Amino acid sequence: MSARERIAGGTASFIDERTGAAKWMKKTLTKVFPDHWSFMLGEIVMYSFVILLLSGTFLTFWFDPSMREVEYEGSYEPLNGIKMSAAYASALHISFDIRGGLLMRQIHHWAALIFMAAMVVHMMRVFFTGAFRKPRELNWIIGVALLTLGIVEGFLGYSLPDDLLSGTGIRIAEAIIQAIPVVGSYLSYFIFGGAFPGEMFIQRIYAVHILLIPGIMLALITAHLMLVWYQKHTQYPGPGRTEKNVVGYPLMPVYMAKAGGFFFIVFGVTAFLGAVAQINPIWIYGPYNPGQIGAGSQPDWYMGWLDGLVRAAPPIETHAFGITISWNILIPGLIIPGIIFTLMAFYPFIEQWMTGDKREHHVLDRPRNNPNRTAIGAMSLTFTLVSLINGGNDLLATHFDLAINQIMWFSRIGLIALPPLAFVITKRICLSLQRADREKVLHGRETGRLVMLPHGEFIEVHEPLSPEKAYVLTAHEQLPALEIGEADANGVANPQGLKGKLRARISKASQEQISKPTSKEMLELEDGHH
Amino acid sequence: MSESNRELEPLSDPGLPEHLHRKTDVDPLAAKKAERQVSILFTLSALGTILFVYAYIWIPEDTLIFLPLFNVTNAHQLFLGLGLAMALFFIGLGAVHWAKTLMPDHEVVDYRKEQRSKDEDRAAFVATVKDGAAQAGLGRRPLIKRSLGLALGLVGLSPILLLRDLGPLPENDLNETNWKAGTRLVTDPGDRPIRPSDLEVGGVAQVQPEFPAGKVRHLDDIAQDSVLLIRIRPEEFNLDAERLSWTYEGIIAFSKICSHMGCAVALYEQSTKHLLCPCHQSTFDVTRAAKVIFGPAARPLPQLAITVDNEGYLVAKAPFNEAVGPSFWGRDSG
Repeated sequence: MSARERIAGGTASFIDERTGAAKWMKKTLTKVFPDHWSFMLGEIVMYSFVILLLSGTFLTFWFDPSMREVEYEGSYEPLNGIKMSAAYASALHISFDIRGGLLMRQIHHWAALIFMAAMVVHMMRVFFTGAFRKPRELNWIIGVALLTLGIVEGFLGYSLPDDLLSGTGIRIAEAIIQAIPVVGSYLSYFIFGGAFPGEMFIQRIYAVHILLIPGIMLALITAHLMLVWYQKHTQYPGPGRTEKNVVGYPLMPVYMAKAGGFFFIVFGVTAFLGAVAQINPIWIYGPYNPGQIGAGSQPDWYMGWLDGLVRAAPPIETHAFGITISWNILIPGLIIPGIIFTLMAFYPFIEQWMTGDKREHHVLDRPRNNPNRTAIGAMSLTFTLVSLINGGNDLLATHFDLAINQIMWFSRIGLIALPPLAFVITKRICLSLQRADREKVLHGRETGRLVMLPHGEFIEVHEPLSPEKAYVLTAHEQLPALEIGEADANGVANPQGLKGKLRARISKASQEQISKPTSKEMLELEDGHH
Repeated sequence: MSESNRELEPLSDPGLPEHLHRKTDVDPLAAKKAERQVSILFTLSALGTILFVYAYIWIPEDTLIFLPLFNVTNAHQLFLGLGLAMALFFIGLGAVHWAKTLMPDHEVVDYRKEQRSKDEDRAAFVATVKDGAAQAGLGRRPLIKRSLGLALGLVGLSPILLLRDLGPLPENDLNETNWKAGTRLVTDPGDRPIRPSDLEVGGVAQVQPEFPAGKVRHLDDIAQDSVLLIRIRPEEFNLDAERLSWTYEGIIAFSKICSHMGCAVALYEQSTKHLLCPCHQSTFDVTRAAKVIFGPAARPLPQLAITVDNEGYLVAKAPFNEAVGPSFWGRDSG
């Protein structure tokens, strides 16, 4: 036995005798993880969260979360002698006088953008493949909570340096709080410790940004991963993959090396961006002053769609009995996001209601095989994308020489007209793809090779699919629509009444499918021309 | 899916495809080559760390260099970052390459079990809970139950009450600014009083109310008091008599704080006489008392009545007659 083996054995024995972990570890280290590029998206989210914790901790060593007024004296000469908050001065100090400080600030900001982007794409993967279905609804809801917290956390984070741009963002957040009926101005005075901007909010959002929200997110991420672990990962359909098994690589050593290596790759790419791509150059904006503003004020992209909604809102306020209700702020700022996030969180249950399918699913859907869900996803993305475009309408106008009024009207109409259009088009595309799959299974792949038959007829040679490929194209099940009759056999009206009728109609629309080849059709073809 | 359903499927599951060996599995030379590649990647990482250390210690922080894509850039910052990126990235690339070429690539099958517990376990769980509740006797002792409910209901009040001192009540604060009848308009920055002749036709100036000596202007004050002075030709105004009397020789004063969400309405287009808020593009027509002509703002910018005092300096004729800034519930918008 080599010295190394002795030490390893000794350590394992020490731990096992005190925790009894050997049995659990043995099972854990051979746990199977299916392999697919799209399963890395969630990993990117987790790794960027770790990068955020590491780089963020570094930044707290110098950042001074105080709105005390100071006169700047430092390496950045254009701002020397200017009065500013201690927070802004310390952010400048980190950027110009701490070696690696600017690098860490940029890594932190890039990691936040990657965190949010990867989270959105990960959610899209989970949504379009139906990975949120039973038993994973809880994990989907945790995911929605993490997305919401991520948006707030990111917003608070870029508000901390107290520069002109971030202060403007805080001003808008304050206006949204102030618009809340009845309690708005009270909430605002409590949060800001008095009139806006006051002298408190930087230290308050600092506590929320570095402790409260990251703590909650860490707990939620842990629960999220434990559920993934416990429920075992989903897998894509394929030969040998069923609802009852999971096919993939064992954690030790392959998955550990790949996942561990991937963490360093993500960190490396983030560091590269931090090194070469400038982000949030706060020294250009200057300190916050509520009487000043920079042209082209833009939030980060994950807030951009909200800002776009606010920009597109029609100018409606209710003035009556000495009170004011700002629909132009409440609807885009609170009501629509509230509806969107609630529907998103409950979507797994909404789909169960539509399909009546309450069974467990571990094999993922190919998006085309669930046209209704895919169309709903495309519809929601279209809505968000149009709002996001409108959030950058001023930049679009200046860069492409367009009139801002035209962009605004395009968005206002587009927000209402384009999502339904996206729904219809996506559904048609899915059904066409299903039709193509069916053709392929029945008649093989078009090879593009033309052959002249002895009697002069030209035909294109079709190559039959491999059994594996054909299996992938036919392995999905096609649920029939729910049957909710208006009256039963004895003529007793359905107790569900109108609700049942509605549900039956929605179910029928949602289960629209091109029927896949039946075994009878397959046999007939084999007997026929082969 | 039930087994009977399976039989109707057009194709049966062909099972896991046959495992294909990689070149590194069968050819020792290829495996040796892969091993070398992995170690080269790890060595690149080590070189990255050396670059990082070199940049940290020996490249002065103010070294500017010219690079084709980046124009002039800070060398200290750039090489620090590139070193770190290399050091991290190549550890990752090496590990992944190692896993892909040299570690076993046999797919393994594991089996799932339904998440739902067995019926007897579920029954036992319910029984345990019922049993525990019965032992605690909450159902049999309503006095305890009710008083506990009261205590738990009330205990939540203390943390809520503790938050009370987060800030003062708004009271009438949102309706008031530092502008009073006779307050002089002073330049921002500079704090100098101004005469009408200081502002040419077509000119714009940001002003604040003059503070008595010793009073410090805080950001809270600026957030409410900021006023924009704009001078146009008097005949260009399209105002009713009252509003026209609030102007002075073509000079009109508006709150600079947007009536939508409080941004500074800073973009003035001289040719159209429009004021534009850069946040949400609300556009106000200066000639018509800042009427909203585009965008999400629902109200005009509040207008400040101005005149001159006996020394010829511009002063406020009266305080704002409405609250400035974004709307709130208790705002009397008439």
